[in-house]
Amino acid sequence: MSTGEINGVDTAHLLFARGVVGDTPAAGDYTWRASNEWVHGTHSRTTIGGYFGLGEERAHKSTYKVEADHPLEFNAEDNAATPVEIVLAGLASCLTAGVAAVAENREIKLRSVKATVEADMNIGGILGSDPEVRNGFSDVRVAYQIDADEASSADVEALVAQSQKISAVFDILTNPTNVTVQVN
Amino acid sequence: MRTDTVVIGAGHTGLAVSYLLSQRSIDHVVLERGEVANTWRTERWDSLRLLTPNWQTRLPGFAYDGDDPDGFMTMSEIVGFIGRYARWVDPPLHTLTNVTSVRKEGDDYEVVTNRGVWSCRSVVLATGEFNLPKVPPIASALPPSVESVTPFHYRRPSDLPEGGVLVVGVSATGVQLADEIHRSGRQVTVSVGEHVRMPRVYRGKDIRYWFEVTGLSDERYDEVDDIVRARSVPSPQLVGTPERITLDLNALTDRGVRLVGRLAGIRDGKAQLSGSLHNKCNRSDLKMGRLLLSIDEWIAEHGLDSEYGPPRRYERTRVEKAPPLGLDLTSGEIKTVLWATGYRPDYSWLHVPVLDHKGRLRHDGGVVSDSPGMYRIGMNFLRRRKSSFIHGAEDDARDLVDHLSAYLSTRVPARSR
Repeated sequence: MSTGEINGVDTAHLLFARGVVGDTPAAGDYTWRASNEWVHGTHSRTTIGGYFGLGEERAHKSTYKVEADHPLEFNAEDNAATPVEIVLAGLASCLTAGVAAVAENREIKLRSVKATVEADMNIGGILGSDPEVRNGFSDVRVAYQIDADEASSADVEALVAQSQKISAVFDILTNPTNVTVQVN
Repeated sequence: MRTDTVVIGAGHTGLAVSYLLSQRSIDHVVLERGEVANTWRTERWDSLRLLTPNWQTRLPGFAYDGDDPDGFMTMSEIVGFIGRYARWVDPPLHTLTNVTSVRKEGDDYEVVTNRGVWSCRSVVLATGEFNLPKVPPIASALPPSVESVTPFHYRRPSDLPEGGVLVVGVSATGVQLADEIHRSGRQVTVSVGEHVRMPRVYRGKDIRYWFEVTGLSDERYDEVDDIVRARSVPSPQLVGTPERITLDLNALTDRGVRLVGRLAGIRDGKAQLSGSLHNKCNRSDLKMGRLLLSIDEWIAEHGLDSEYGPPRRYERTRVEKAPPLGLDLTSGEIKTVLWATGYRPDYSWLHVPVLDHKGRLRHDGGVVSDSPGMYRIGMNFLRRRKSSFIHGAEDDARDLVDHLSAYLSTRVPARSR
């Protein structure tokens, strides 16, 4: 069990946390938060700072901001990435974190990990021109390029497969979730 | 009534424990709610056969001695085998004796049955792990036009309504039932979650042979990386047939069964399917590859390459490019959902605080440390990878009877001696 000597992921601590959550399941209840504010046009800004976890309110080291906008062909100003691209960033970041953690656990030293994500969407859905087309992605593809010491290609493939199994965003994208939106 | 040890259950594990207790002259009784091998007799489907070959079907002091070592016992054959073992062990057996409560009374256990109460200093739970079907809560959202069936009640395809069947789960149970229901002429769709793929025969030998000789079967619960995960691994996609066929997802696809993603929800009469099918299949293909590689390495290390067939790798699980993400359960195409989603033990009679928040028994390799004198046997990876198989009972029973015997000899309640 590593405290991060290999790839910088403290898997010993993760295992400790798993034990804590196993013994007191309520400790595992997290609530993630983000607050979003409209700027102008389709441009908005999301602020992320606090969340609830391990039984108490917690805060990130600092407050993070995520900007989102839409591209010029929608007559928007393209001040930032689109929300759907931010979803892709979420997926790739989650899977990559998983690759690093699993590699640490399996004592595989990573030299470089790169991923490209592509997602297909027909915008006839969001524009309402074709009610048969869904708004969201019709297909998502992630391609990894991984350079790891002394790991066979089967080992590397297993890292990526395992990272999907333990990924929150992979689960969020592949399974349905109840979403409620209310006006206060 | 008073005895040193009450063994609850006269299946193969309870009888194995009784045999070893008798060898040590430990006074005990074996209580059985029905007849010997009751679960095999009354709670399984008609076509089921053991997943392990006859040559591996052995219990302490007793082994298969028929003329078909590579065959797989049918249910009536396994009932016969365990019945012969019972006659050979000749345990202090009370059949038709249903345990309704086990509670702690000081240092003793009080075991209440429909035929009287036993007091004892130790108790062995040999009640099996597959007592009740485990059905996910989403089953309650099935539209009323769709029949909901569990393997616990399923006996044969003709019991099902005509029409399509969605089999949820692809462990041994799921693939076996999907196959026989498809052969009955019904259109079958299987919902694929985590699964363990393996060939029935590898390099000329049954896969269980390789588990045994390489030591994989003997891997201990306190040696594996992650025992929580190891214990939750679904049963391998195996079937025992005279032809020794491999029944993996590709075999089902070849027969015309359709693979879809894991059933994630049911909403407005529609089954919502996970988009994780590629990953689930990929993971089990990779895992099978590692298993076969470890067998090849073992053979090479022992210089036995010339004794067995050549190494082989199998086609990856074929998955359609864009598997469906939903299924309409109201269209009439699917008439039955069969929940091959596992079983769980029934502890409703166990009134000792040894269960966790999810109702699972807390134990250390079958030693129920929170309640001295209590033991559990016959669970997936209880003490070893082979624990849930018939031949896995022996080593576990020996370990636990050793522990139990030491417990009885060190803790003598003053008032009874």
